[in-house]
Amino acid sequence: MLEVRELSKVFFEDNDPRKPGLVALHNVSFSVRQNEFVCLLGPSGCGKTTLIRIIAGLIRADRGEILVENKRVVAPGRDRCMVFQQFGLLPWRTVLANVEFGLEIEGVPREERQAVARQYLELVGLNGFEKYYPHQISGGMQQRVGIARALSKKPDILLMDEPFGAVDAQTREQLQEELLKIWTKTKNTVIFVTHSIDESIYLSDRVIIMQARPGRIKEDVKIELPRPRWEGDVRADPRFAALRTHIRESLRC
Amino acid sequence: MAAHDEQIIADLGLRRESARSLYDYPNVIRALSVLCFLIAWEIYGRRVDPLLLTYPTAVVQAAFALITSGELRRQMADSLTTLALGFGASVILGVGLGLVMGRSRIASAALEPHINALYATPQVALTPLLMMWFGLGFTVKAVVIFLFAFFPILINTASGVRNVSASTIEVGRAYLASRTQILFKVVFPAAVPFIMAGIRVAIGRAIVGMVVAELFTAITGLGAMLTLYGNLFETAKMFVVVIVLGVLGVVLVRATQALERRMARWKETERAS
Repeated sequence: MLEVRELSKVFFEDNDPRKPGLVALHNVSFSVRQNEFVCLLGPSGCGKTTLIRIIAGLIRADRGEILVENKRVVAPGRDRCMVFQQFGLLPWRTVLANVEFGLEIEGVPREERQAVARQYLELVGLNGFEKYYPHQISGGMQQRVGIARALSKKPDILLMDEPFGAVDAQTREQLQEELLKIWTKTKNTVIFVTHSIDESIYLSDRVIIMQARPGRIKEDVKIELPRPRWEGDVRADPRFAALRTHIRESLRC
Repeated sequence: MAAHDEQIIADLGLRRESARSLYDYPNVIRALSVLCFLIAWEIYGRRVDPLLLTYPTAVVQAAFALITSGELRRQMADSLTTLALGFGASVILGVGLGLVMGRSRIASAALEPHINALYATPQVALTPLLMMWFGLGFTVKAVVIFLFAFFPILINTASGVRNVSASTIEVGRAYLASRTQILFKVVFPAAVPFIMAGIRVAIGRAIVGMVVAELFTAITGLGAMLTLYGNLFETAKMFVVVIVLGVLGVVLVRATQALERRMARWKETERAS
């Protein structure tokens, strides 16, 4: 279980002491259950990316704390893994070597980590692309590599920072569906940052709506649509439309 | 799909244009140009005082003499050994110090004034001073070569390291890489294209440094041969040395270019796509 307690974060301008700081997050609290899929939804500047980066341990909060299984998070850890907005692949490494990266850092022997990497490449549907370099494959495929790399570490919590923001609309829907299929197999807890209302409803169990200036939680919406959601057209379901209207209203005021 | 396209192109009655002219064979033009030059040189060279200029066939004869006597091979081996040592040291120290300067702002600020001052000074001007310190032998030549080659490698490595984006380094941190792992598995490979560009510039400068040092010390090496045969007015032999140096330069620069393309391949294709 993940618990966020009264988290605040302020950014100060580096070079200008006269400027006041920017309150990126103010008193943010929520918790996420095991195996839950939660979306953080909000406009730019609402602090959602800051929040997920603090959960990842990449930056420190100024006030408040984050607990994973009752242990305080202060740095990146093996229980959490991040999928980046711009994929974060290392361009000099092949697809396979990129997926191996996390295991290589851990010191897993080559043969073993290659076997694991191949297994996760197959999971994301990229077998046969092991020897390609990132620039030789499409954006959607690059993000699959990013997902395979994160999953290869078997994290309890998968952190995804607008992972499908940089791909085209068709690829995006396809990736959403595949992510859900993978998630039903791996059963990680997922925290997913997005600014797309439809994406958040389609994917998650709960949508946490955030607001800007200062960054804070506006509303916590349960999404009780049946799973699996890739069968039939969930997006055409009247309940989906009702949720969409509700969330849009909530974001507006 | 391809067959389909071919069918349409045939139906439209279109064909690739294939008018060939001399223009399409640049290598033939190059060869003819060089040949014309050599013939003109031969004709003109035979009519000038042999102390001032020589001609191609005389150069070939001189080359033959220098090769069969073993002198050319010996002096070249001497030059290349020094070059390898001085250049090798500049690669190791340039890359090492460049990594430190690129990663640490404090180290960078502390070293910058010295490096800028040394780099701005023409290294040729330092050579007589270095001869006082290191004598006339092998050491001084290696030091001069080192100084000529060191700075482009150092400066390129440091800027390559600084150029690695914060988000790339963050990937390393997110996957629990230690500081050393980030340096060697993230920062260094990301900076390799910059480092290789520095090495390519440095190899040309290293050859200049080698000749300069050998001209000054005038004891061994290809540069010393130049001084020797210059003093003896053996113009044809001087030409042999000049040509050997030219070829050496081309070969070494080409070799580093090939190495650069190999090691920085991902960068080049990334730019193209």
